[in-house]
Amino acid sequence: MTAPSTATKIRVLIAKPGLDGHDRGAKVVARALRDGGCEVIYTGIRQTPEMIAEAALQEDVDVVGLSILSGAHLELFPRIVDEMKKRGLDDVLLFCGGIIPEEDTAALSGLGFQAIFRPGTNTQDIVKFVFEHVKK
Amino acid sequence: MDSLIERFLEGDRRALARVISRVENETAEGRECLRALYPRSGRAHSIGVTGGAGSGKSTLTGALAAAFRRRGHTVGIVAVDPSSPFTHGAILGDRIRMQDLTLDPGVYVRSMASRGALGGLAPTIDDVVAVMDAFGFDYVIIETVGAGQDEVEIAGTALTTVLVNNPGTGDDIQAMKAGILEIADVLVVNKADHPGADVLVSQLQALLTLSPAGSRRPPVLKTTATRGEGLDALADAIDEHRAYLESSGELERQRAIDSRHQVLSIARAILLERIRQATPEEELESLVQQVAARRLDPHSAAESLAARLRA
Ligand SMILES: Nc1nc2c(ncn2[C@@H]2O[C@H](COP(=O)(O)OP(=O)(O)O)[C@@H](O)[C@H]2O)c(=O)[nH]1
Ligand SMILES: [Mg+2]
Repeated sequence: MTAPSTATKIRVLIAKPGLDGHDRGAKVVARALRDGGCEVIYTGIRQTPEMIAEAALQEDVDVVGLSILSGAHLELFPRIVDEMKKRGLDDVLLFCGGIIPEEDTAALSGLGFQAIFRPGTNTQDIVKFVFEHVKK
Repeated sequence: MDSLIERFLEGDRRALARVISRVENETAEGRECLRALYPRSGRAHSIGVTGGAGSGKSTLTGALAAAFRRRGHTVGIVAVDPSSPFTHGAILGDRIRMQDLTLDPGVYVRSMASRGALGGLAPTIDDVVAVMDAFGFDYVIIETVGAGQDEVEIAGTALTTVLVNNPGTGDDIQAMKAGILEIADVLVVNKADHPGADVLVSQLQALLTLSPAGSRRPPVLKTTATRGEGLDALADAIDEHRAYLESSGELERQRAIDSRHQVLSIARAILLERIRQATPEEELESLVQQVAARRLDPHSAAESLAARLRA
Protein backbone atom coordinates (compact mmCIF):
# COMPACT_ATOMS: atom_id res chain seq x y z
CA MET A 1 0.00 0.00 0.00
CA THR A 2 2.77 2.43 0.86
CA ALA A 3 5.33 3.81 -1.55
CA PRO A 4 9.03 3.34 -0.98
CA SER A 5 9.96 5.16 2.20
CA THR A 6 9.05 8.76 1.71
CA ALA A 7 11.89 11.23 1.84
CA THR A 8 11.15 14.46 3.63
CA LYS A 9 9.47 16.79 1.17
CA ILE A 10 9.92 20.49 0.82
CA ARG A 11 6.58 22.13 1.62
CA VAL A 12 5.82 25.45 -0.01
CA LEU A 13 2.92 27.83 0.53
CA ILE A 14 2.07 29.90 -2.54
CA ALA A 15 -0.19 32.74 -1.54
CA LYS A 16 -1.77 35.73 -3.20
CA PRO A 17 -2.25 38.63 -0.83
CA GLY A 18 -4.37 41.64 -1.64
CA LEU A 19 -7.31 42.29 -3.80
CA ASP A 20 -6.19 41.60 -7.35
CA GLY A 21 -7.91 38.58 -8.77
CA HIS A 22 -5.36 37.20 -11.22
CA ASP A 23 -3.61 34.08 -10.08
CA ARG A 24 -2.22 32.77 -13.34
CA GLY A 25 1.35 33.57 -12.33
CA ALA A 26 0.93 32.01 -8.91
CA LYS A 27 -0.45 28.84 -10.45
CA VAL A 28 2.42 28.60 -12.93
CA VAL A 29 4.90 28.86 -10.06
CA ALA A 30 2.94 26.28 -8.04
CA ARG A 31 3.04 23.82 -10.93
CA ALA A 32 6.74 24.35 -11.54
CA LEU A 33 7.51 23.63 -7.89
CA ARG A 34 5.30 20.54 -7.95
CA ASP A 35 7.14 19.34 -11.04
CA GLY A 36 10.36 19.99 -9.15
CA GLY A 37 9.15 17.58 -6.45
CA CYS A 38 7.79 19.99 -3.83
CA GLU A 39 4.48 19.72 -2.01
CA VAL A 40 2.81 23.02 -2.77
CA ILE A 41 -0.10 24.35 -0.76
CA TYR A 42 -2.10 26.77 -2.80
CA THR A 43 -4.61 28.90 -0.92
CA GLY A 44 -6.24 30.97 -3.66
CA ILE A 45 -6.68 34.67 -4.13
CA ARG A 46 -7.50 37.55 -1.76
CA GLN A 47 -5.58 36.36 1.29
CA THR A 48 -5.15 38.68 4.24
CA PRO A 49 -1.74 38.81 6.00
CA GLU A 50 -3.23 36.94 8.97
CA MET A 51 -4.61 34.18 6.75
CA ILE A 52 -1.28 33.69 4.98
CA ALA A 53 0.67 33.49 8.24
CA GLU A 54 -1.88 31.16 9.81
CA ALA A 55 -1.87 28.84 6.78
CA ALA A 56 1.95 28.79 6.85
CA LEU A 57 1.80 27.76 10.50
CA GLN A 58 -0.86 25.07 10.11
CA GLU A 59 0.83 23.59 7.05
CA ASP A 60 4.32 23.75 8.63
CA VAL A 61 5.83 24.97 5.38
CA ASP A 62 9.54 25.49 4.74
CA VAL A 63 8.93 28.19 2.16
CA VAL A 64 6.38 30.95 1.56
CA GLY A 65 6.14 32.47 -1.92
CA LEU A 66 3.98 35.55 -2.38
CA SER A 67 2.62 36.65 -5.71
CA ILE A 68 1.39 40.20 -6.16
CA LEU A 69 0.33 42.35 -9.08
CA SER A 70 -1.61 45.10 -7.37
CA GLY A 71 1.35 47.21 -6.30
CA ALA A 72 0.42 46.92 -2.62
CA HIS A 73 3.49 44.86 -1.69
CA LEU A 74 5.14 47.53 0.45
CA GLU A 75 1.94 47.82 2.39
CA LEU A 76 1.09 44.11 2.67
CA PHE A 77 4.43 42.27 2.86
CA PRO A 78 5.61 43.90 6.11
CA ARG A 79 2.30 42.93 7.70
CA ILE A 80 2.67 39.34 6.49
CA VAL A 81 6.21 39.11 7.85
CA ASP A 82 4.96 40.61 11.08
CA GLU A 83 2.13 38.09 11.41
CA MET A 84 4.57 35.28 10.72
CA LYS A 85 6.99 36.53 13.38
CA LYS A 86 4.12 36.76 15.87
CA ARG A 87 3.57 33.06 15.29
CA GLY A 88 7.23 32.19 15.66
CA LEU A 89 7.69 31.47 11.97
CA ASP A 90 11.11 33.04 11.66
CA ASP A 91 12.94 30.23 9.90
CA VAL A 92 10.71 30.12 6.82
CA LEU A 93 12.32 30.93 3.46
CA LEU A 94 10.59 33.88 1.81
CA PHE A 95 10.41 34.84 -1.83
CA CYS A 96 8.06 36.93 -3.89
CA GLY A 97 7.10 37.50 -7.46
CA GLY A 98 4.96 39.68 -9.66
CA ILE A 99 5.05 43.32 -10.58
CA ILE A 100 7.58 44.78 -8.19
CA PRO A 101 9.63 47.85 -9.16
CA GLU A 102 13.43 47.62 -8.92
CA GLU A 103 13.55 50.44 -6.39
CA ASP A 104 11.63 48.30 -3.88
CA THR A 105 14.24 45.54 -3.91
CA ALA A 106 16.19 46.83 -0.93
CA ALA A 107 13.10 47.28 1.20
CA LEU A 108 11.96 43.74 0.48
CA SER A 109 15.30 42.13 1.14
CA GLY A 110 15.37 44.09 4.37
CA LEU A 111 12.13 42.34 5.26
CA GLY A 112 13.76 38.97 4.66
CA PHE A 113 12.74 38.18 1.11
CA GLN A 114 15.65 36.26 -0.35
CA ALA A 115 14.55 36.52 -3.96
CA ILE A 116 12.23 38.54 -6.16
CA PHE A 117 11.05 36.96 -9.39
CA ARG A 118 9.70 39.39 -11.94
CA PRO A 119 7.65 38.66 -15.05
CA GLY A 120 9.72 36.75 -17.59
CA THR A 121 11.56 34.69 -14.95
CA ASN A 122 12.29 31.12 -15.98
CA THR A 123 10.32 28.99 -13.51
CA GLN A 124 13.29 26.62 -13.33
CA ASP A 125 15.20 29.40 -11.60
CA ILE A 126 12.51 29.52 -8.91
CA VAL A 127 12.73 25.77 -8.37
CA LYS A 128 16.51 25.99 -8.22
CA PHE A 129 16.32 28.86 -5.73
CA VAL A 130 14.01 26.90 -3.43
CA PHE A 131 16.17 23.78 -3.45
CA GLU A 132 19.35 25.74 -2.85
CA HIS A 133 18.04 27.86 0.00
CA VAL A 134 15.66 25.76 2.01
CA LYS A 135 17.03 24.63 5.36
CA LYS A 136 16.50 20.89 5.46
CA MET B 1 11.86 16.81 21.52
CA ASP B 2 10.31 16.62 24.99
CA SER B 3 9.68 20.32 24.83
CA LEU B 4 7.90 19.84 21.52
CA ILE B 5 5.54 17.34 23.15
CA GLU B 6 5.16 19.64 26.13
CA ARG B 7 4.12 22.50 23.90
CA PHE B 8 1.80 20.16 22.00
CA LEU B 9 0.12 19.18 25.25
CA GLU B 10 -0.28 22.84 26.16
CA GLY B 11 -2.30 23.28 22.99
CA ASP B 12 0.37 25.04 20.90
CA ARG B 13 -0.75 24.80 17.28
CA ARG B 14 2.76 25.27 15.93
CA ALA B 15 3.86 22.25 17.94
CA LEU B 16 0.92 20.31 16.48
CA ALA B 17 2.03 21.30 12.97
CA ARG B 18 5.60 20.23 13.65
CA VAL B 19 4.60 16.91 15.19
CA ILE B 20 2.45 16.15 12.15
CA SER B 21 5.39 16.83 9.82
CA ARG B 22 7.64 14.49 11.77
CA VAL B 23 5.01 11.79 11.79
CA GLU B 24 4.27 12.28 8.11
CA ASN B 25 7.95 12.07 7.22
CA GLU B 26 8.24 8.85 9.24
CA THR B 27 11.28 10.04 11.13
CA ALA B 28 12.54 8.47 14.37
CA GLU B 29 11.41 11.63 16.16
CA GLY B 30 7.98 11.23 14.63
CA ARG B 31 7.67 7.71 15.99
CA GLU B 32 8.73 8.94 19.39
CA CYS B 33 6.01 11.61 19.29
CA LEU B 34 3.46 9.01 18.31
CA ARG B 35 4.52 6.73 21.14
CA ALA B 36 4.00 9.56 23.61
CA LEU B 37 0.74 10.83 22.14
CA TYR B 38 -1.10 7.71 21.01
CA PRO B 39 -2.47 6.87 24.48
CA ARG B 40 -4.16 10.29 24.46
CA SER B 41 -6.02 9.59 21.25
CA GLY B 42 -9.33 7.79 20.86
CA ARG B 43 -11.63 10.56 22.01
CA ALA B 44 -12.30 12.41 18.78
CA HIS B 45 -14.96 11.29 16.36
CA SER B 46 -13.36 10.76 12.96
CA ILE B 47 -15.31 11.42 9.78
CA GLY B 48 -14.22 10.46 6.28
CA VAL B 49 -15.52 12.51 3.37
CA THR B 50 -15.17 10.69 0.07
CA GLY B 51 -16.64 10.98 -3.42
CA GLY B 52 -15.61 11.92 -6.94
CA ALA B 53 -13.29 14.77 -7.89
CA GLY B 54 -15.23 18.01 -7.94
CA SER B 55 -18.19 16.58 -6.06
CA GLY B 56 -17.72 19.26 -3.41
CA LYS B 57 -15.81 17.34 -0.74
CA SER B 58 -13.63 20.28 0.31
CA THR B 59 -16.51 22.75 0.32
CA LEU B 60 -18.65 20.30 2.27
CA THR B 61 -15.84 19.57 4.72
CA GLY B 62 -15.46 23.28 5.42
CA ALA B 63 -19.20 23.80 5.80
CA LEU B 64 -19.51 20.76 8.07
CA ALA B 65 -16.67 22.03 10.24
CA ALA B 66 -18.49 25.37 10.48
CA ALA B 67 -21.65 23.55 11.58
CA PHE B 68 -19.76 21.75 14.35
CA ARG B 69 -18.16 25.04 15.37
CA ARG B 70 -21.62 26.64 15.74
CA ARG B 71 -22.34 23.87 18.24
CA GLY B 72 -19.22 24.77 20.19
CA HIS B 73 -17.04 21.86 19.05
CA THR B 74 -13.47 22.00 17.77
CA VAL B 75 -12.46 20.44 14.47
CA GLY B 76 -9.24 19.15 12.89
CA ILE B 77 -9.22 18.63 9.15
CA VAL B 78 -6.84 16.55 7.01
CA ALA B 79 -7.33 17.02 3.29
CA VAL B 80 -5.50 14.61 0.99
CA ASP B 81 -4.60 15.40 -2.61
CA PRO B 82 -2.64 13.21 -5.02
CA SER B 83 1.15 13.22 -5.39
CA SER B 84 2.49 13.07 -8.91
CA PRO B 85 3.71 9.53 -9.56
CA PHE B 86 6.53 10.95 -11.67
CA THR B 87 7.94 13.88 -9.72
CA HIS B 88 6.48 12.96 -6.29
CA GLY B 89 5.49 16.60 -5.97
CA ALA B 90 1.91 17.72 -5.35
CA ILE B 91 -0.36 20.70 -5.48
CA LEU B 92 -2.59 20.73 -2.42
CA GLY B 93 -5.53 23.02 -3.08
CA ASP B 94 -8.29 21.97 -0.72
CA ARG B 95 -7.75 24.94 1.59
CA ILE B 96 -9.09 27.23 -1.14
CA ARG B 97 -12.59 26.00 -0.21
CA MET B 98 -12.05 26.38 3.53
CA GLN B 99 -10.90 30.00 3.72
CA ASP B 100 -13.46 31.06 6.28
CA LEU B 101 -12.00 28.64 8.80
CA THR B 102 -8.39 29.79 8.54
CA LEU B 103 -8.51 32.26 11.40
CA ASP B 104 -10.79 30.24 13.66
CA PRO B 105 -8.72 29.08 16.64
CA GLY B 106 -11.04 26.09 17.05
CA VAL B 107 -10.16 24.69 13.62
CA TYR B 108 -6.91 23.34 12.24
CA VAL B 109 -6.57 22.43 8.57
CA ARG B 110 -3.73 20.33 7.24
CA SER B 111 -3.13 19.43 3.60
CA MET B 112 -1.49 16.09 2.91
CA ALA B 113 -0.08 14.57 -0.26
CA SER B 114 -0.94 10.95 -1.00
CA ARG B 115 2.77 10.07 -1.41
CA GLY B 116 2.15 6.98 -3.47
CA ALA B 117 -0.56 5.41 -1.32
CA LEU B 118 -3.46 3.88 -3.18
CA GLY B 119 -7.04 4.13 -2.03
CA GLY B 120 -7.35 7.90 -1.75
CA LEU B 121 -5.39 8.46 1.44
CA ALA B 122 -1.73 8.90 2.46
CA PRO B 123 0.64 6.29 3.93
CA THR B 124 0.67 7.91 7.38
CA ILE B 125 -2.95 9.06 7.49
CA ASP B 126 -3.86 6.98 10.55
CA ASP B 127 -0.92 8.38 12.48
CA VAL B 128 -1.76 11.96 11.55
CA VAL B 129 -5.40 11.46 12.56
CA ALA B 130 -4.25 9.99 15.89
CA VAL B 131 -2.07 13.05 16.49
CA MET B 132 -4.99 15.41 15.79
CA ASP B 133 -7.17 13.31 18.03
CA ALA B 134 -4.57 13.48 20.82
CA PHE B 135 -4.43 17.27 20.42
CA GLY B 136 -8.02 17.29 21.64
CA PHE B 137 -10.21 18.11 18.65
CA ASP B 138 -13.77 16.91 19.11
CA TYR B 139 -14.03 15.93 15.44
CA VAL B 140 -11.38 15.05 12.89
CA ILE B 141 -12.56 15.23 9.28
CA ILE B 142 -10.56 13.44 6.59
CA GLU B 143 -11.09 14.39 2.96
CA THR B 144 -9.93 11.72 0.51
CA VAL B 145 -8.30 12.35 -2.86
CA GLY B 146 -11.47 11.56 -4.77
CA ALA B 147 -9.77 10.07 -7.80
CA GLY B 148 -12.00 7.11 -8.42
CA GLN B 149 -14.42 4.53 -7.20
CA ASP B 150 -11.93 2.45 -5.26
CA GLU B 151 -11.47 4.65 -2.26
CA VAL B 152 -12.67 2.19 0.31
CA GLU B 153 -9.64 2.55 2.61
CA ILE B 154 -11.29 5.51 4.30
CA ALA B 155 -13.74 3.15 6.02
CA GLY B 156 -10.80 1.73 7.99
CA THR B 157 -9.52 5.16 8.97
CA ALA B 158 -12.70 7.03 9.91
CA LEU B 159 -15.51 5.94 12.20
CA THR B 160 -18.17 7.58 10.04
CA THR B 161 -17.79 7.58 6.26
CA VAL B 162 -19.72 10.19 4.29
CA LEU B 163 -20.09 9.49 0.58
CA VAL B 164 -20.68 12.57 -1.57
CA ASN B 165 -22.70 12.25 -4.78
CA ASN B 166 -23.95 14.85 -7.26
CA PRO B 167 -27.13 15.01 -9.28
CA GLY B 168 -26.94 14.48 -13.00
CA THR B 169 -23.62 12.63 -13.13
CA GLY B 170 -24.73 8.99 -13.20
CA ASP B 171 -22.34 8.36 -10.34
CA ASP B 172 -24.92 6.45 -8.38
CA ILE B 173 -24.95 3.44 -10.66
CA GLN B 174 -21.16 3.31 -10.86
CA ALA B 175 -20.89 3.61 -7.12
CA MET B 176 -23.09 0.59 -6.69
CA LYS B 177 -21.00 -1.43 -9.12
CA ALA B 178 -17.76 -0.69 -7.37
CA GLY B 179 -19.24 -1.49 -3.99
CA ILE B 180 -18.39 1.92 -2.59
CA LEU B 181 -21.95 2.29 -1.38
CA GLU B 182 -21.24 -0.46 1.15
CA ILE B 183 -18.71 1.65 2.98
CA ALA B 184 -20.98 4.68 3.32
CA ASP B 185 -22.50 5.37 6.73
CA VAL B 186 -24.13 8.56 5.51
CA LEU B 187 -24.94 9.44 1.90
CA VAL B 188 -24.96 13.02 0.74
CA VAL B 189 -26.38 14.43 -2.45
CA ASN B 190 -24.36 17.64 -2.68
CA LYS B 191 -25.04 20.41 -5.20
CA ALA B 192 -28.70 20.00 -4.39
CA ASP B 193 -29.18 23.37 -6.08
CA HIS B 194 -28.65 21.54 -9.38
CA PRO B 195 -31.55 19.80 -11.12
CA GLY B 196 -32.10 16.13 -10.41
CA ALA B 197 -31.20 16.13 -6.72
CA ASP B 198 -34.51 14.65 -5.58
CA VAL B 199 -34.37 11.97 -8.26
CA LEU B 200 -30.88 10.97 -7.14
CA VAL B 201 -32.01 10.85 -3.50
CA SER B 202 -34.80 8.43 -4.42
CA GLN B 203 -32.47 6.35 -6.58
CA LEU B 204 -29.96 6.03 -3.76
CA GLN B 205 -32.69 5.21 -1.27
CA ALA B 206 -33.97 2.52 -3.60
CA LEU B 207 -30.49 1.04 -3.95
CA LEU B 208 -30.11 0.99 -0.20
CA THR B 209 -33.25 -1.09 0.26
CA LEU B 210 -31.24 -3.88 -1.35
CA SER B 211 -28.88 -4.08 1.60
CA PRO B 212 -29.18 -7.12 3.87
CA ALA B 213 -32.18 -7.18 6.21
CA GLY B 214 -31.46 -6.02 9.72
CA SER B 215 -28.43 -4.00 8.72
CA ARG B 216 -28.39 -0.29 9.43
CA ARG B 217 -29.65 1.71 6.47
CA PRO B 218 -27.58 4.85 5.87
CA PRO B 219 -29.55 8.09 5.63
CA VAL B 220 -29.52 10.02 2.36
CA LEU B 221 -29.27 13.79 2.79
CA LYS B 222 -29.34 16.76 0.46
CA THR B 223 -26.76 19.55 0.86
CA THR B 224 -25.76 22.70 -0.97
CA ALA B 225 -22.33 23.11 0.53
CA THR B 226 -21.62 26.45 -1.15
CA ARG B 227 -24.60 27.98 0.66
CA GLY B 228 -24.19 26.01 3.85
CA GLU B 229 -27.57 24.34 3.36
CA GLY B 230 -28.32 20.94 4.85
CA LEU B 231 -25.24 20.95 7.03
CA ASP B 232 -27.04 20.86 10.37
CA ALA B 233 -28.89 17.75 9.27
CA LEU B 234 -25.58 16.23 8.17
CA ALA B 235 -23.96 17.02 11.52
CA ASP B 236 -26.97 15.42 13.24
CA ALA B 237 -26.74 12.31 11.06
CA ILE B 238 -23.05 11.95 11.91
CA ASP B 239 -23.76 12.26 15.62
CA GLU B 240 -26.58 9.74 15.29
CA HIS B 241 -24.22 7.32 13.58
CA ARG B 242 -21.73 7.79 16.40
CA ALA B 243 -24.47 7.05 18.94
CA TYR B 244 -25.44 3.95 16.97
CA LEU B 245 -21.80 2.76 16.91
CA GLU B 246 -21.62 3.13 20.66
CA SER B 247 -24.94 1.55 21.56
CA SER B 248 -24.60 -1.39 19.18
CA GLY B 249 -21.09 -2.33 20.21
CA GLU B 250 -19.94 -1.63 16.66
CA LEU B 251 -17.51 1.00 17.90
CA GLU B 252 -15.48 -1.55 19.83
CA ARG B 253 -15.67 -4.02 16.99
CA GLN B 254 -14.61 -1.51 14.36
CA ARG B 255 -11.74 -0.24 16.49
CA ALA B 256 -10.47 -3.78 16.95
CA ILE B 257 -10.66 -4.49 13.22
CA ASP B 258 -8.94 -1.22 12.34
CA SER B 259 -6.19 -1.71 14.92
CA ARG B 260 -5.55 -5.23 13.71
CA HIS B 261 -5.32 -4.04 10.14
CA GLN B 262 -3.00 -1.23 11.11
CA VAL B 263 -0.64 -3.39 13.14
CA LEU B 264 -0.41 -5.99 10.42
CA SER B 265 0.19 -3.49 7.68
CA ILE B 266 2.96 -1.79 9.66
CA ALA B 267 4.48 -5.19 10.43
CA ARG B 268 4.41 -5.97 6.71
CA ALA B 269 6.26 -2.73 5.96
CA ILE B 270 8.85 -3.46 8.67
CA LEU B 271 9.47 -6.95 7.33
CA LEU B 272 9.84 -5.70 3.80
CA GLU B 273 12.34 -3.11 4.98
CA ARG B 274 14.32 -5.79 6.85
CA ILE B 275 14.36 -8.02 3.81
CA ARG B 276 15.63 -5.16 1.70
CA GLN B 277 18.34 -4.41 4.22
CA ALA B 278 19.35 -8.04 4.38
CA THR B 279 19.55 -8.36 0.61
CA PRO B 280 22.48 -6.97 -1.35
CA GLU B 281 21.28 -5.03 -4.34
CA GLU B 282 23.12 -7.39 -6.78
CA GLU B 283 21.31 -10.34 -5.28
CA LEU B 284 17.91 -8.69 -5.72
CA GLU B 285 18.85 -7.66 -9.24
CA SER B 286 19.92 -11.20 -10.11
CA LEU B 287 16.63 -12.66 -8.84
CA VAL B 288 14.70 -10.03 -10.73
CA GLN B 289 16.60 -10.85 -13.92
CA GLN B 290 15.87 -14.56 -13.56
CA VAL B 291 12.18 -13.81 -13.11
CA ALA B 292 12.20 -11.47 -16.10
CA ALA B 293 13.84 -14.19 -18.19
CA ARG B 294 11.21 -16.69 -16.99
CA ARG B 295 13.85 -18.95 -15.46
CA LEU B 296 12.40 -18.44 -12.00
CA ASP B 297 8.84 -17.70 -10.90
CA PRO B 298 8.20 -14.60 -8.75
CA HIS B 299 6.92 -16.62 -5.78
CA SER B 300 10.10 -18.67 -5.51
CA ALA B 301 12.16 -15.51 -5.87
CA ALA B 302 10.21 -13.84 -3.06
CA GLU B 303 10.55 -16.98 -0.90
CA SER B 304 14.28 -16.88 -1.25
CA LEU B 305 14.30 -13.22 -0.22
CA ALA B 306 12.14 -13.93 2.81
CA ALA B 307 14.41 -16.83 3.75
CA ARG B 308 17.19 -14.34 4.39
CA LEU B 309 15.38 -13.20 7.52
CA ARG B 310 15.62 -16.63 9.08
CA ALA B 311 19.36 -16.81 8.59
N1 LIG C 1 -23.60 24.69 -7.27
C1 LIG C 1 -22.88 24.11 -6.31
N2 LIG C 1 -21.55 24.05 -6.44
C2 LIG C 1 -20.84 23.46 -5.45
C3 LIG C 1 -21.45 22.93 -4.30
N3 LIG C 1 -20.48 22.40 -3.51
C4 LIG C 1 -19.31 22.61 -4.15
N4 LIG C 1 -19.52 23.24 -5.32
C5 LIG C 1 -18.51 23.67 -6.30
O1 LIG C 1 -17.92 22.52 -6.90
C6 LIG C 1 -16.57 22.78 -7.21
C7 LIG C 1 -15.68 21.71 -6.62
O2 LIG C 1 -15.76 21.80 -5.22
P1 LIG C 1 -14.66 21.17 -4.24
O3 LIG C 1 -15.15 21.37 -2.87
O4 LIG C 1 -13.31 21.68 -4.57
O5 LIG C 1 -14.76 19.63 -4.67
P2 LIG C 1 -13.78 18.40 -4.34
O6 LIG C 1 -12.85 18.26 -5.50
O7 LIG C 1 -14.67 17.22 -4.21
O8 LIG C 1 -13.07 18.73 -3.07
C8 LIG C 1 -16.26 24.17 -6.70
O9 LIG C 1 -16.36 25.07 -7.76
C9 LIG C 1 -17.35 24.42 -5.68
O10 LIG C 1 -17.65 25.78 -5.51
C10 LIG C 1 -22.88 23.03 -4.17
O11 LIG C 1 -23.49 22.58 -3.22
N5 LIG C 1 -23.53 23.62 -5.22
MG1 LIG D 1 -11.00 18.72 -2.53
